[in-house]
Amino acid sequence: MEQSQVSNNKTNFNKVDINNFFSPFVKLDQKKNNSIVFKVQNIHCASCINLIEKSLYKLSNVIFARVNMSTEKLEVKWTGEKKLADKFAKILSDLGYPVTLYDHDNLDKNTEDKKKILIRSIAVSGFAAGNLMLISVGLWSSSVETMGFATRELFQWISSLIVMPAIIYSGRPFFYSAFKVLKNKKTNMDVPISLAVILTSLISLFETINSGEHIYFDSAIMLLFFLLIGRYLDVLAKGKAKKSANELLSTLGGTATVIKNEKHVIVPIKDLKAGDVISISVGEKIPADGIILSGSTEIDLSLISGETLPKKAIKNDNVFAGTLNVSAPIQIEVSKATENNLLTSIVKIMEKAELSKSKYTRIADKAAKLYTPIVHSAGFLTFIGWWIFIDLAWQPSLLIAVTVLIITCPCALGLAVPVVQVLAINLLMKKGIYIKSGDALEKLSKVKYVIFDKTGTLTEGKPNLIGSYSEKDIQIAASLAHYSKHPLSKAICERFNGKLLILDNVKEIIGGGIEGYFKGKLLKLGKKNWSCPLQKDEDNFFSEIWLNVDNNRQVCFSFKDQLRKDAKNVVNEIKKLGIIPIILSGDRKMIVKRIAQHLGIKDFHSEFSIEMKSEFIRTLRLKLNNEKILMIGDGLNDAPSLALSDVSIAPSTAMDITQNTADIVFQGDKLFPIISCIKISRKSVSLIKQNFLMAVIYNIFAIPMAVVGLVTPLIAAIAMSSSSLFVIGNSFRLNLKTRNFEL
Amino acid sequence: MNILLYLIPIALTLGLVGLLAFLWTLKNNQYDDLDGAAERILIEKEVDKKKGN
Repeated sequence: MEQSQVSNNKTNFNKVDINNFFSPFVKLDQKKNNSIVFKVQNIHCASCINLIEKSLYKLSNVIFARVNMSTEKLEVKWTGEKKLADKFAKILSDLGYPVTLYDHDNLDKNTEDKKKILIRSIAVSGFAAGNLMLISVGLWSSSVETMGFATRELFQWISSLIVMPAIIYSGRPFFYSAFKVLKNKKTNMDVPISLAVILTSLISLFETINSGEHIYFDSAIMLLFFLLIGRYLDVLAKGKAKKSANELLSTLGGTATVIKNEKHVIVPIKDLKAGDVISISVGEKIPADGIILSGSTEIDLSLISGETLPKKAIKNDNVFAGTLNVSAPIQIEVSKATENNLLTSIVKIMEKAELSKSKYTRIADKAAKLYTPIVHSAGFLTFIGWWIFIDLAWQPSLLIAVTVLIITCPCALGLAVPVVQVLAINLLMKKGIYIKSGDALEKLSKVKYVIFDKTGTLTEGKPNLIGSYSEKDIQIAASLAHYSKHPLSKAICERFNGKLLILDNVKEIIGGGIEGYFKGKLLKLGKKNWSCPLQKDEDNFFSEIWLNVDNNRQVCFSFKDQLRKDAKNVVNEIKKLGIIPIILSGDRKMIVKRIAQHLGIKDFHSEFSIEMKSEFIRTLRLKLNNEKILMIGDGLNDAPSLALSDVSIAPSTAMDITQNTADIVFQGDKLFPIISCIKISRKSVSLIKQNFLMAVIYNIFAIPMAVVGLVTPLIAAIAMSSSSLFVIGNSFRLNLKTRNFEL
Repeated sequence: MNILLYLIPIALTLGLVGLLAFLWTLKNNQYDDLDGAAERILIEKEVDKKKGN
């Protein structure tokens, strides 16, 4: 209990003590009630929900309060004064649930709508496909002689009644997309898919009306059902990156204290202008980019750089929006208005990069580009040939032409890529590697350059205790340290696994360290000038903290961020695959150089800012033709570069926004997953190409038969399903192939 | 074969009811807070009563 009290100190600073922090953001709903949406931290269980909602309902004005646990949002509606919003915020933070403003105007409604349309389409096509199966089994397993003419007629009509509306409803995502690209005189995989689905169902309807036998409703609706599921997973992955960027920006919602003519004025953050002077108290988030006018403090930059240790900041230093003021109050002069600050520009760079990324042409789209004109002109020529040159009536000629289009296996083509991707993604998932977009695999196979960030990527990103100390000293230090959440304290606790001493009166001193009493003796653990002020100042290369035992023994603990254990092997392996490794780091040259030399990486760049990193990737890309750039990083400062590069990988220790931006996220402390990803991607792309080759070979046999009119419904059904089965079977070889190398 | 005249409509209606039920839950935003829904069954009624208005 005591521990949580002490370690919560840090979050408690977020407590809002300004009186009209939230009230400027209250909106009116349709019934003229006040409404506001908060983002609430620390919701864990049912009693949290209950406590929050109950304590709000206790106020007589509140008419609606509902927590959404998945999104950590709380919506409150009430009547009367707007000012109550601040009271709510205070009540909640007193309960231990700090709140920030959730600016829902920022959030993208578009992807939400898209997702809903897709889900509904999946539901409808799933219903149709399921029910049609019952009827199709009957239709395919018997003939007119066994089931009778009338029964078959009935089955066919029921099929068409189920499928036609379902296709019109759930095919729309494909139809719209196909229509859009056709309007721009281009083509993608959606064009043949839409055409195949529409033609298949139209010809089946035509045959039903004429009591014919060419009925392919089942193929059409099944194809649609499977493709819709793939499409939905795609949208899900893409929407996530955008959402976290918006949520990051909304952490900057709220107000700041501006000093004007020696008076404190509360101003909404989005109205801050360059030149404003703001006062920032301890534990407050810095609301804008600026320069320190007075005061010296430490700033937690972990949001921006992923750096775990707070950094010293003195007069005239630059500070950035979104970072946390840790140790002393400061005043800053705003240097950039909110819409231009670092955080906003990072999000902007990322959005731009996402746009350029979507220009990538997938293998499937390339195939569609070749496939569409050839197959469609073949169909057209067949029709002209039968109708004009052989003098067949136009209806049977059209029927033959459509059979050509249907039998050219859009199913096999449509399945060629997704099946391999699903298998590869599944395979990697078992190894703790999450691939979020199928495109990533394709691009990964063509990677020529791998760009590493240093801190948190090549290194473990957390300090490790180095050197040797006596067991007693570590025990004392760990007993103090386990009260703190500071990364250096955690490193000490990790090293010690014996029994902790029981201390009295433990206190965390902001900007100093931790102190406590053991049998009446004062123990201090923290910064040198606080715990051991008499020690001489030495410029030490490593991070350090000092332990002072009752003012007579003083020990210095040093820490270092260590390389990941398999970093060297992975770099060697990458070179063996013919890929060139590069390091881009914001760190000092000395440190980067030493690591690069140790790993055998010739190309390294130090002291790079966010913009320089992005610029580097842009210029590198100009040199490349078809080869791709892979970026591996973990900080928010890497997020734009991750978005800009063709493929990106982030460790699961990275920030949310970075993980969501990256195409691939891996777990564990090893870098080896990178090699697994590249190897599997190469295998899968070769399998995808084989699948297309099989589809081509199949077409070489099937098209001529269809053109001369030899294809009966039975042959078509066998050919279509067997081509799909071959493609699926071939794709499963991925599992066999990858057994050969260790993952 | 007359049995088909009953069975097919029954099968289809049952399926359709399921489909409509699903679309209805979707429309009512019942999938917006999956984690919360799992926890909320543990909360006693009191709060729910007031929420009704």
